[in-house]
Amino acid sequence: MAENLLTATGLEVIYGGRRGVKVLHGVDIAIRRGETVGIVGESGSGKTTLGRALLRLVDVSAGSIHFDGREITHLPEAEMRPLRRRIQMIFQDPMASLNPRHTIRRILVEPLLLHGLAKNAAEAEARVAKILERVTLPAACLDRNPHELSGGQRQRIGIARAALLEPDFVLADEIVSGLDVSTQAQVLKLLKGLSVDLGLAMAFISHDLSVIRAVCDRVYVLRFGKVEEEGACAEVFANPKSDYTRILLDAIPLPEINPGWLDPKTGIEDAA
Amino acid sequence: MTASLLSISGLSAVSDREGGMPILRDVSLSLERGEVRGLVGESGAGKSTIAKALLGILPRTVRVTGGTVQFEGRDLLTMPARELRDIMGAQISLIPQDPQTALNPGRRIEAQLTDGLRLRRGLSSREAHARALKLLEEVQIRDPQRVLHAFPHELSGGMRQRVLIAAAFALEPKLVVADEPTTALDVTVQKQILRLIRDMQKVHGTAVIFVTHDLGVVAQICDSVTLLYAGKVIEAGATADVLQNPKHAYTKALMAAGPRYDRPDAGLEPVPQAVFEQLRAEIGIR
Repeated sequence: MAENLLTATGLEVIYGGRRGVKVLHGVDIAIRRGETVGIVGESGSGKTTLGRALLRLVDVSAGSIHFDGREITHLPEAEMRPLRRRIQMIFQDPMASLNPRHTIRRILVEPLLLHGLAKNAAEAEARVAKILERVTLPAACLDRNPHELSGGQRQRIGIARAALLEPDFVLADEIVSGLDVSTQAQVLKLLKGLSVDLGLAMAFISHDLSVIRAVCDRVYVLRFGKVEEEGACAEVFANPKSDYTRILLDAIPLPEINPGWLDPKTGIEDAA
Repeated sequence: MTASLLSISGLSAVSDREGGMPILRDVSLSLERGEVRGLVGESGAGKSTIAKALLGILPRTVRVTGGTVQFEGRDLLTMPARELRDIMGAQISLIPQDPQTALNPGRRIEAQLTDGLRLRRGLSSREAHARALKLLEEVQIRDPQRVLHAFPHELSGGMRQRVLIAAAFALEPKLVVADEPTTALDVTVQKQILRLIRDMQKVHGTAVIFVTHDLGVVAQICDSVTLLYAGKVIEAGATADVLQNPKHAYTKALMAAGPRYDRPDAGLEPVPQAVFEQLRAEIGIR
């Protein structure tokens, strides 16, 4: 078993000051090197907040976060900055996370220079050309602006941007929820391949258990800001321990005729 | 009466905004009374354009270049605006996609539910109130009195979608167009809403055009399905036939592209480029 890269214990987040709303109620999570961990839950479960807390994008009111053996819970931003390269994020909406006024070239080249991973523009360009090939985008993309690409292409740019900086950890928050199935399959396959090639640890946030099952090794099921169930995907999906996980799984409509699927079975569903 | 409730035949349309690009290509489909038909496809397939044509709300930039949309034997496309108004909302109604924006944020639910009952059905305020209360009970809202007096922002997404379903069925329409009505909802809520739409449709004998991109949803709620790509019907038939025995390579590829929690080794196969090439050749793109 590989060592833990990112761990959090007893994580609490309160939105809106001291008397605000507590959205995480003591979450423990551990992500090992090279492992893809799914974080699943319905709206309001705290999955996005958990992701943001792990990246130190929101402040925690209790608990601790360790990255690569070092406590980063309250690390000042100046000390966080060198770590930022190693911790990347892919966003849900690539249209909102790519600067609309920049060309794809600038979007990909600039971070390399900023983090000193390339000595000059030519070197950066060479690396960008390489990663573009990896995410199967034509070099002609470089001179386009984000709005000139399709949703699937934009999301592949988001992946390329994260992968370019050779991170140790990537957080992917609902990155395929806006995509068509055929495009979604392409993006997920690409991401899975990259994480294996680069030995990435990844936290994959999604509301879709089928997507989680396809790309993750382990899964955390969140509900009301708490971990409802945690374990290896093979185990949790075949044999869920929590009623809530079972209800979530049962609520997914499969593309096969299943008479009676819509009929109410028990009272537990309403409780969900 | 033997004629279908709805019969779309040879419907073609182009988008003037995109230089006359075809967005519907010779689309034909029919719907019997009480039937639920899924309209499926990925973005750009034309499923929403068909839904808009049925509701008489095609944008100005969309120009119909051929075909008919017969509702009870009358063509909606050539009908005088006055007659169209009598049909829309009363005979054909909509369950919209986004429960957050479909309700007027400044009016109470009661006002929004009773407009049609008073103005189109001539009910008195008191009668309309009683009917609205009944409708909310029918869509299983637990505290209908409170909800009637609530503003939309005081309700959850699932509650709002229930209100919109009540509104869609309020005037006893013959056809309800459901435009991705569960896409914005959590899976557990989606299941409840799907069940509700099915129950309402059964009780009232209403036909439903169910627009969705999710073949899983189609399998659970639709009697029949029409699959579109780039404005063209690729495959159509009874849901069980299409899903269990898909004929077109694209249908098969779509089934293989969707991940399934119960089959970790299947799914996640991107639609092969050859399939898209076949589609383009068949449709005559480029």
